[in-house]
Amino acid sequence: MQLDDLYRRVIMDHYKNPRNRGTMNEESVTINLNNPTCGDRISLQLQVADGKVTDAKFSGEGCSISMSSASMMTEAVKGRSFDEALSMADRFSSLMKGEAVEFEELEDIEALSGVNKFPARIKCATLAWNALRKGIEHQHE
Amino acid sequence: MNTNAIREQFPILHQEINGHPLVYLDSAASSQKPRSVIDAVKRYYELDNANVHRGVHTLGSRATDAYEGAREKVAKLLNAGAPEQIIFTRGTTTALNLVASSYARSECGEGDEIVITPMEHHSNLIPWQQAAKATGATLKYIPLQPDGSIAIEDVEKTITPRTKVVSVTFVSNVLGVINPIKDIAQIAHRNGAVMVVDGAQSTPHMKVDLQDLDVDFYAFSGHKMCGPTGIGALFGKKALLNKMEPIEYGGEMIDFVDLYESTWKEIPYRFEGGTPIIAGAVGLGAAIDFLNEIGFDEIDQHERRLAAYAYEKLSSLDGISIYGPKQNRVGLVTFNLEDVHPHDVATVLDSKGVAIRAGHHCCQPLMRWLNVSATARASFYLYNTEEDIDRLADALLQTKEFFGHAIG
Repeated sequence: MQLDDLYRRVIMDHYKNPRNRGTMNEESVTINLNNPTCGDRISLQLQVADGKVTDAKFSGEGCSISMSSASMMTEAVKGRSFDEALSMADRFSSLMKGEAVEFEELEDIEALSGVNKFPARIKCATLAWNALRKGIEHQHE
Repeated sequence: MNTNAIREQFPILHQEINGHPLVYLDSAASSQKPRSVIDAVKRYYELDNANVHRGVHTLGSRATDAYEGAREKVAKLLNAGAPEQIIFTRGTTTALNLVASSYARSECGEGDEIVITPMEHHSNLIPWQQAAKATGATLKYIPLQPDGSIAIEDVEKTITPRTKVVSVTFVSNVLGVINPIKDIAQIAHRNGAVMVVDGAQSTPHMKVDLQDLDVDFYAFSGHKMCGPTGIGALFGKKALLNKMEPIEYGGEMIDFVDLYESTWKEIPYRFEGGTPIIAGAVGLGAAIDFLNEIGFDEIDQHERRLAAYAYEKLSSLDGISIYGPKQNRVGLVTFNLEDVHPHDVATVLDSKGVAIRAGHHCCQPLMRWLNVSATARASFYLYNTEEDIDRLADALLQTKEFFGHAIG
């Protein structure tokens, strides 16, 4: 088990300088999700139009993995259609199972592949993506 | 106390985790098991296993003797008086739910009060929330002092003649504080309320005398005191248990069953529906024997020494916050490192072979009171040493370095 496999430089960069951290005033979809086993929480806000995520912001509290994952996710989904965003969420689940998947949309995400070797931390990494999925599924209803 | 000899009796401690000798500092979540407990469970299954209280055959009698023998050991350990006041449960959670579901729901009504504290574990909080909702009773909280302790004046102010139940943890699993249970029980009784105690964190570590404390209900778990998982007990005063309704119906707990009506066995059996956790009780009995042989005074002193050492050692680290009072605490230290989330702390420590807990510790209201989302916790037991704490402190320094470098 190598710590450097988990805490890659790009992850720590997103943790230290989170992208899209904040809240939106405009009318937006807000999803609040907790990780009940550890107390992490995220509030994800999505701006949607014509079946697309036009903007995304997040706030909340959590570890380096959950917050960097949220930073990357919001960066990657901006401007994507719901289907493209859900495809990324699916690929992220595969990444957490140790499968080799690519994120042409944002290669940074691939740095989280190391989380797979730390089973207790997978739920940290998936929190933001679960929030995204919930937000988009809510739109479909 | 010869800690090395004690450690020899815990097979699990002698292994490497991620290339380092294991330092297990999460006994407040679940303790490790000595060889004698593991062997007792194995021996029970290999030699004595049968159902209890029904078989005419020899194995049935042996299993019943072993199970009831464990009940007597629990009663003696807690100086609880008559063994029928001990109900075996799955653990503290089940025991507290039994009191909340049976006693509180029949005794509480509109305008009555249930009093607890913000430091309660979810298992001593949610059952009362639900009982209050179901009965129309009001849930009230004894406020905490800035260091997390309870002041008797606040207890006096919160408990009133309308209070029917007071339920407080003996020892906080986060703050490590030992609460003045005996004094709180007196105030509860003066107001006509019953006193319920969550003993999950006290029973493993200190001599508990229920007759001296004069509490009405007391719950604890076996797995935090060297026993197996899935076994614990509820003590209840006979007069109270006798007027309580069972909450689980089925075999083992009935007296006479007709097509439309049934009657219940006497206590404690009416609260032990279904085949009980026999091997678990046998293992718990063996754990009690093991702890008694070492002696609770010895264990208590050893842990207080470790706690004081850990408090000093960790306090000297830059950027650390330690929660809970410095004095009157048991063997655990809850803390946070500046700028490093407790999950990250726990992952780095695990990579060095040091096992600690990170998260909200099933105490979300207390986390909010502390104004943190999560904390890290190192907890000690009779098999821990000062070297374990040195390893913890070293690993914390490395964590700071690692993150300082990674973030820096």
